[in-house]
Amino acid sequence: MDMDEAEISFFKDGLRLDGRGADQIRPIKIEVGVLARADGSCYVEMGKNKVIAAVYGPREVHPRHLQEVTRAIVRYRYNMASFSVEERKRPGPDRRSHELSKVSREALEPVILTSYFPRSVIDVFVEVLQADAGTRTAGINAASVALADAGIPMKSMISSCAAGKVGDTLIMDPMKEEDNFGQADMPVAMTPSGEITLLQMDGRLSQEEFRQALQMAMRGCREVYEIQRKSLLDKYSQLESEPVQEVQALE
Amino acid sequence: MDRKVVVPGDLLSEDAKRSGEGTFVKDGKVYSLLYGLANYKDKINVIPLAGKYVPAPGDNVIGVIKDITFSNWIVDINSPYDGLLHISEFPKRIEAEEMSKYLRMGSSIMTRVKDVDPTMKVELTLNDRKLGSIRTGRVIEISHTRVPRLIGKGGSMISMLKKEMNCNIFVGQNGMIWISGGEEEMDLALKTILLIEKEAHTNGLTDRIVEFLKSEKGARS
Repeated sequence: MDMDEAEISFFKDGLRLDGRGADQIRPIKIEVGVLARADGSCYVEMGKNKVIAAVYGPREVHPRHLQEVTRAIVRYRYNMASFSVEERKRPGPDRRSHELSKVSREALEPVILTSYFPRSVIDVFVEVLQADAGTRTAGINAASVALADAGIPMKSMISSCAAGKVGDTLIMDPMKEEDNFGQADMPVAMTPSGEITLLQMDGRLSQEEFRQALQMAMRGCREVYEIQRKSLLDKYSQLESEPVQEVQALE
Repeated sequence: MDRKVVVPGDLLSEDAKRSGEGTFVKDGKVYSLLYGLANYKDKINVIPLAGKYVPAPGDNVIGVIKDITFSNWIVDINSPYDGLLHISEFPKRIEAEEMSKYLRMGSSIMTRVKDVDPTMKVELTLNDRKLGSIRTGRVIEISHTRVPRLIGKGGSMISMLKKEMNCNIFVGQNGMIWISGGEEEMDLALKTILLIEKEAHTNGLTDRIVEFLKSEKGARS
């Protein structure tokens, strides 16, 4: 057994298997407003992850008993397409997607001004089209942009990125191979000002490693934020032919 | 004019007193709540690029009757919240049994928001001469975020349109617009309003619309 593990090597000439350094995120592509029927939508590629997020609402709550008199409720559905992984995934909700829906909702809810829309619901749907480790972070990033696109008032954006540990080295944004055979995976979501709204971990890290990994994931979040912001500004400049003035980003 | 695209959480000003619509104050600084255009005047307002209409008292809106209850018409006003038009808000006295004679399901009405309570119960009224059931003309729908541009500063855009088109136009704050006039005039008005919606975020719009109308009319005569 030990021999098998020893044979796996995550680094080649100091670089990772996909050519990244230890503290680099995967290339990210964000497209805003990809769905005509949704009030807000967003398509995100983080490396080989492909997710799409759609936001509907605020709208009337069905079923009625879920309605809250003083605020809007937020529903978040994380779903993996059956073709998103190598071995066909049995479609439909399961234990994992339930959990991810809950933690992702709780990652976004603190910034949404739900009190503006009493007795209504904001529905967020996230579909994973292709998975390659870190789909929850990609889903949260897509959902955050889609919420902004839907014109929903928020105190800030939410950005998400993971850090992990493979071969006794801390790495940013693990990909599938590193997640499957690694020692730890720690997804983080936060506001650009550094308020953490999601922090999960599996595997083992020492206290010092945890501290470093958290710093690393937060740095990743900030990088993601810049890309999210840019994608929203770019969508606008498509509407308008003249160049768009940029405002200073939140420190 | 000083305008910028902002996303939620962008820092707009260090001066808390300049906080306007679509902004919030944290630690004495003003931040944006929305993805939209920040307008720098005395106050900083952020105008959203999208979003749902939320009724406010005094708004003129156009709605469609979607249900009739014992003493209320329930009106779809293109919002997360339905409007309630009570029988007593109809311009003349009618009996509850005869409600569907006056306004049936599917009827379009021009109405006004009379009151909105904290639980978002929206009360409507028809008690005004310019309000009432829609029988002629056309109703079109644009995003409610574009309505202020369609009306223009102090109603400049809409009064120009009414004059140039020789049409009757009723603009609902919920983005529903009623046009009534000759067929050709309505076609042109419709085209113009859709153009305004498309270019709502650009500067000097009124002038460009005047130009557009001139060329359209020139082509016709």
